[in-house]
Amino acid sequence: MKRDVFQAIADPTRRAIIALIALHAMTPNAIAEHFDTTRQAVSKHLRILTECELVVQEHKGREIYYSLEIEKMKEIDEWLEQYRKIWVTRFEQLGEVLEVMKKEKAKK
Amino acid sequence: MEFIVNKETKTVLITKEFDAPREMVWDAYTKPELLDQWWAPKPMTSRTKAMEFREGGRRFYAMVSPDGQEGWILQQYKSITPKTNFKLFNAFADENENPELPGSDWDLSFSEENGRTTVSISIYNESLERLERMIEFGFKEGTAGQFKNLEDLLASLQEPNTSLQEPNT
Repeated sequence: MKRDVFQAIADPTRRAIIALIALHAMTPNAIAEHFDTTRQAVSKHLRILTECELVVQEHKGREIYYSLEIEKMKEIDEWLEQYRKIWVTRFEQLGEVLEVMKKEKAKK
Repeated sequence: MEFIVNKETKTVLITKEFDAPREMVWDAYTKPELLDQWWAPKPMTSRTKAMEFREGGRRFYAMVSPDGQEGWILQQYKSITPKTNFKLFNAFADENENPELPGSDWDLSFSEENGRTTVSISIYNESLERLERMIEFGFKEGTAGQFKNLEDLLASLQEPNTSLQEPNT
């Protein structure tokens, strides 16, 4: 099943996890310490983030470390930037149409 | 132009001021022959097949790429306050006007001050992944290197209201 990456970052706890592990890779226990919630809840968030490929796991000895997949985050940002550009172009064109309308109105 | 993405509320807020009276801007948004002149970002073109601008009415139009590919979009008008506000439901569709859900809810407001008109558009998406589809449809032009940097992004993720919730799967 393909996860919705935007759904993933729409959740405030998951955004907080992303912000935490952006600094350095962390174990689930270390992450859970930052939240007033159960370890299970944090694990569930991490699973969703992993399925969205926003975080990756790395085994170091007995511990599993989670770190942020920076390229994937850039991808999200790129989508949003392109969406913004659509509106910039659209509004430039609307501005041109309005100029023509104003000139036509002035003629009348 | 102001462009604010609120990932928490899944809303995009776009605000822009135009040097034109409100009536003119309103017409540009609500008359198909005017809409088609500016709605599609170049090199795309917009072709409205059917439009009745009234509550319960709809606009059914195609975004046409330079090589002639059509992407159909259905917009249903939910409420209209003349020259002030209208709301619509926007969805991708097939060529027979069958919408593909989920769609997005749009709320467009128009206000005038000193002969200049401000348009505020709020777009609520059940899933922001729809944006990905929109962009895949023909808008992938050279944006490499135009990323905001990652620090900015992460700063925006660290919003004050990181209230804790159970996972929402």
